[in-house]
Amino acid sequence: MKRVICLTVMNRPGVLNRITNLFSKRNFNIESISVGLSEHEGMSRITCVVHVEDSSASEQITKQLNKQIDVIKVTDITDQSIVARELALIKVQAVPYTRNEIYSLIEPFRASVIDVSKDSMTVQITGESDKVEAFIELIKPYGIKELARTGTTAFPRGTQRTSQQSKSYSIV
Amino acid sequence: MLQEAALTETKTETHPVTGADLLLRALEKETVEVIFGYPGGAVLPIYDKLYHSKILHVLPRHEQGGIHAAEGYARISGKPGVVIATSGPGATNIVTGLADAMMDSLPLIVFTGQVATGVIGSDAFQEADILGITTPITKYNYQVRSIEDIPRIVKEAFYIASTGRPGPVLIDIPKDIAAGVSVQPEAEKEVNLPGYQPTLKPNYLQVRKLTEAVSRSKKPVILAGAGVLHGRASKELKEYAEQQQIPVIHTLLGLGGFPANHPLFIGMAGMHGCYAANMGLTECDLLINIGARFDDRLTGNLQHFAPHAAVAHIDIDPAEIGKNVPTSIPIVADAKEALDQLILQDGKPPAHKEWMETIMRWQEEYPYFYDKESAGLKPQKVMEMLHSKTDGNAIVVTDVGQHQMWAAQYYRFNNADKWVTSGGLGTMGFGFPASIGAQLADPEACVLAICGDGGFQMSTQELAIIQEMNLPVKIIIFNNMALGMVRQWQEIFYESRFSHSKIPVQPSFVKLAEAYGIKGYVIQSEAEAEELLDEVLHNREPVLIDFRVDPDENVYPMIAPGKGLHEMVGVKP
Repeated sequence: MKRVICLTVMNRPGVLNRITNLFSKRNFNIESISVGLSEHEGMSRITCVVHVEDSSASEQITKQLNKQIDVIKVTDITDQSIVARELALIKVQAVPYTRNEIYSLIEPFRASVIDVSKDSMTVQITGESDKVEAFIELIKPYGIKELARTGTTAFPRGTQRTSQQSKSYSIV
Repeated sequence: MLQEAALTETKTETHPVTGADLLLRALEKETVEVIFGYPGGAVLPIYDKLYHSKILHVLPRHEQGGIHAAEGYARISGKPGVVIATSGPGATNIVTGLADAMMDSLPLIVFTGQVATGVIGSDAFQEADILGITTPITKYNYQVRSIEDIPRIVKEAFYIASTGRPGPVLIDIPKDIAAGVSVQPEAEKEVNLPGYQPTLKPNYLQVRKLTEAVSRSKKPVILAGAGVLHGRASKELKEYAEQQQIPVIHTLLGLGGFPANHPLFIGMAGMHGCYAANMGLTECDLLINIGARFDDRLTGNLQHFAPHAAVAHIDIDPAEIGKNVPTSIPIVADAKEALDQLILQDGKPPAHKEWMETIMRWQEEYPYFYDKESAGLKPQKVMEMLHSKTDGNAIVVTDVGQHQMWAAQYYRFNNADKWVTSGGLGTMGFGFPASIGAQLADPEACVLAICGDGGFQMSTQELAIIQEMNLPVKIIIFNNMALGMVRQWQEIFYESRFSHSKIPVQPSFVKLAEAYGIKGYVIQSEAEAEELLDEVLHNREPVLIDFRVDPDENVYPMIAPGKGLHEMVGVKP
């Protein structure tokens, strides 16, 4: 199962290394990781998307991350109502007669063209992973020259619907 | 005279204060008594300051020996062991010790030199990315980037290493930082680690829940691990077990936490544990784990582990709870605090007369055994003799292998903190240097360094410390001319194809000891052992005894890998 884990960490040298090291040391499978500054000075926010076998494995991940001295807070937000976004840049082959077709795909996905050249165009798309995935599939036949994805970044919505409120499985 | 003058000079405030000065002051503040260190280029500024220091410096002949000695010191004294190694090879030589200390939760403060900040990353002479290398095997590690940070970092390091679940902390100090002059006045800074706040007090509701579970249970057992020793909770463990009349099983590393001569003591469980303990874990209906981590060598195949039991787990490290065994009563707490609370509850003891009788029957029917009639010198017999001749009060330090298991089985520990062994990592070469640290932590104690002929040869060079400091360590070699445990596994699981496990060509250990000015003896029989041990165990001199034990002896009982605890073999003669 897929879990989205949010971390608040001290912005110290090597902190990302500690986190990724832990994933490989404990044999956890990581799908994406995104890092950036947070609202607090000296602290960064990391969003990890991981694949685990069961809930006890995801509990282990949370606990092991929590043990890290540079980690201030760990939350598994998968079961909460969350906003999750990923950004992808796609350089797709575009000759004059396919260009319009590509534009017609871009519009419903609310993606945007940020660079155009003689034989290619670069599209920026933002959204949940599924949406990005779907768009990439759709545009693949035109020939993707380059693709860069940021990985998911996420946090809980301002208002949580009570029915979905944190299904707590932690045993401590 | 010159030295004295220099000493007074450094004390005056006008003298420039270097990073190395700040480091030594910080160590003095932490009341460090002994440093296990090896000098080299990158730590020369620190060693220059150590020249005048009052702190005892022990020079191992290999950095790995130094860090194992620090582990032995930490285990016996309860204080962090302090190690210094130079950059590059010095630093990489301590990697095994760090991994060992991490696995067995031993507090260490390890300083490594580093090349100057300006050349870090340029593959400079004796440069190694020691932070990168040691991140997975330390509780935390630092690289000092500014001189003024030294006092805070050292203080934090001691705090991190010795609180919560103890572990090794490494501090990497670039040469220019150690040599550089501090421009700011030294300011006392508080430890501020918002991401590190170990839980010490148990949750009251869980304590209640456990108390009720104990009262209801028919077949309770306590499994006590090294957490009891790290938490200095053996007195409380005894009190609680007696109050509730719950039998106690130890892990390998927990030995000594509960007196072996106590009627409630069942024995050690695990791969080479006793029948009663392993069956106790298999048959129990309530398993109270206090400070053990359900290691695979203890549990055997998890599918068959404690199938009928409700599991309660008291551990200071929340990540250990539920890691290997599903737990219904989790208690994140220091062992002592948790036991204090449990004792206060004073719950109704369980009605478990039948259970106690069953355990007693197992103990009587299936004790540890060996062929007492055999002509050869049996290693188990040697252990028994060592036990009786030291009244069970020696500090026993072992290496890894068959002799380690025999020591665990036959040296019945009645007191806490008398047992040093490499459990989690199983580091050969650990025992002998660790015994040096143990002796320094308790200079009056009789310290037995129990080694195999294989493991001893991994750290023989440390005989030099024994010679130099005249430490009265008793080096006991169980010499079976083989890597005994490997040989045993090859005999049992690989149809006796003894691939590279036999060592027929050996040095004369006696002459080796004599080369270092240490008395050495070869013992071939019980009678010789009897006579010699009386003579050498009670004097204050080092000695090396090469016991030529039966080379074909195996450790039993045994659980084959992948099998459950109830599938022991070799439980009866």
